[in-house]
Amino acid sequence: MTKKTNPVPAEVQPAAGLFGALPRRDFLRYTGAGLALTSLVLTGCDDDDNNEVDPNADTVNVGSGDTGVLNYAYALEQLEAAFYAQVIAGGTGTYFASLGANSAERQILSDLALHEKAHRDFFKNAIPAGSIIKDLAPDFSTIDFNVGRRAAGAPAGTKLGVLDAAMAFEDLGVAAYNGAGRYITNPVNLALAGKIVSVEARHAALIRDLMSYNTFVDNDVVELFTPTGSASTPGVGSGSGLERSKKPSEVIVVANQFLQTGSKLNVSGLG
Amino acid sequence: MDLFQIITEIEKVDPEVYERFDSRRRVFKHLTGIGKKLTAAAMPGFVAALFNKAYGQTAGPSVNDVLNLALSLEYLEFYFYDTGLSVAGLIPAADRAAIEKIRNDESGHIKTLRTALGSAAIPDPGRAAFDYSGGRGSRTGPFATALLPGGTALYFGVAQSFVDTGIRAYKGGAPFLMTNKDVLETALNIHSVEARHCSHIRTIRRGLAAGATGAAAATTLPGTDPRVSPKSWISGLDNGGPSPDTNPSTRDVYGPGTNPPPAGVPTGITFPGEDNLVQAGRTISTDSAISAAAASEAFDEPLDYVKVKAIARNFVDNATTLFV
Repeated sequence: MTKKTNPVPAEVQPAAGLFGALPRRDFLRYTGAGLALTSLVLTGCDDDDNNEVDPNADTVNVGSGDTGVLNYAYALEQLEAAFYAQVIAGGTGTYFASLGANSAERQILSDLALHEKAHRDFFKNAIPAGSIIKDLAPDFSTIDFNVGRRAAGAPAGTKLGVLDAAMAFEDLGVAAYNGAGRYITNPVNLALAGKIVSVEARHAALIRDLMSYNTFVDNDVVELFTPTGSASTPGVGSGSGLERSKKPSEVIVVANQFLQTGSKLNVSGLG
Repeated sequence: MDLFQIITEIEKVDPEVYERFDSRRRVFKHLTGIGKKLTAAAMPGFVAALFNKAYGQTAGPSVNDVLNLALSLEYLEFYFYDTGLSVAGLIPAADRAAIEKIRNDESGHIKTLRTALGSAAIPDPGRAAFDYSGGRGSRTGPFATALLPGGTALYFGVAQSFVDTGIRAYKGGAPFLMTNKDVLETALNIHSVEARHCSHIRTIRRGLAAGATGAAAATTLPGTDPRVSPKSWISGLDNGGPSPDTNPSTRDVYGPGTNPPPAGVPTGITFPGEDNLVQAGRTISTDSAISAAAASEAFDEPLDYVKVKAIARNFVDNATTLFV
């Protein structure tokens, strides 16, 4: 596994430059060519060959362009998969074991563990070996695996419960995928990200409903719309009904709290 | 034949002809050289390829086409939720707040899409344009009782079908929005909210199937029949969805799209059914040693614009031009 320690230079992002130079109608015609090109980028944009000392030497640079986005997604999926695996394994806490054998919550967490494992394994297999980031070492020391949810009004610094953490990871994943779509140049990769993000959103909504019913959408994750005048007149009001997507630089502030030194993410190549 | 003479003639009626061949004009920088090297026999093939590239029917929907299809679907959903809220005895009291939230999100999406489209936005078709019975204007289709008092189970089944269609439609439309990154991100930010809605509606349906409304639904196990008591995510084909044996059928919502894909869909994007196990050439169930059900649940699938329109067309008065 290659650890990427240096930003990928801008000149290895030809696809973005190509599409950026084309008017829309031409883009559609060039899609075929773009696909071929970005496929090459995917395999060609691999680890940097220089070995200069880097100020971010202890971070994991996801890279840039489509490979960068795929690595970024892979990093977040590694985090989620590791988290649910630890919930279910039970070695560090008893919350999951305390759930009834036929409880819905047990089945939900089990399903989520399978889905996130599938996502992680998929990226691991799909990203070319030369450009894939290493296996990340998570740091779940701020999560209490004995507890479902933190007590309301718990003082700052209180560990997250299993559901609190699940909600944080799922919401973060949705915001991250949505915010990273703009850096993808190959439509096939965009479609792949789309296939995953809606499943993450389904997860997030259900975990939120378990935490507090009817918060499947709420103002912390979606800019809620408030009608002015009759609610039956569409499109008139404040707000947008849009997910609050996050830039990669915003996402890693949260994600890095759950990663050990040496596994913290560097997304300087994205955006 | 004099190729340049032909192109000059075309340019008189189509000033963009050079751009159609190649907007960067790289071809033309070297065309003289190519022309010399081409044999007389190869020339017709070269010209045919050039013109096919310039005028071939490969273009897919424009950004505005995609956004107007999305806007049409938002109207379909908005009026469905809004009408449901006005029918006494249809939406359980414990679920009204959720449906109002969803209705308002759709209203926000309509506002957002109208803003993005500007004067290109389709006009508000109004409530009367839709036939939620699935009768294309007859008002007597198989879902006619969904908006009547007591039609609760069917109402939420239809809602699930609409929102799952919408999610697949945004997924299928996104590649056509890549030229405008801000519009793309807006569409993605609608897409995930629709997925949140669907998760909740499926949760409500699990509750209803077990006689529970409100918060108890979230802690209700899915039943053995995903048609009436589904997971919050799509498992396999969900046995054809809430109403597989009616006409229209919900099988199309979960089944494969148009294959081969319609015009303009980027190479490499296909539209398998929701039970698909293969992503980018990798068989998920094998790679992760998980069940086919779990592997299919982990990935939602896109639906192409032709199939989306065909599904949605069942729910409008066929005197309108929506989804045509």
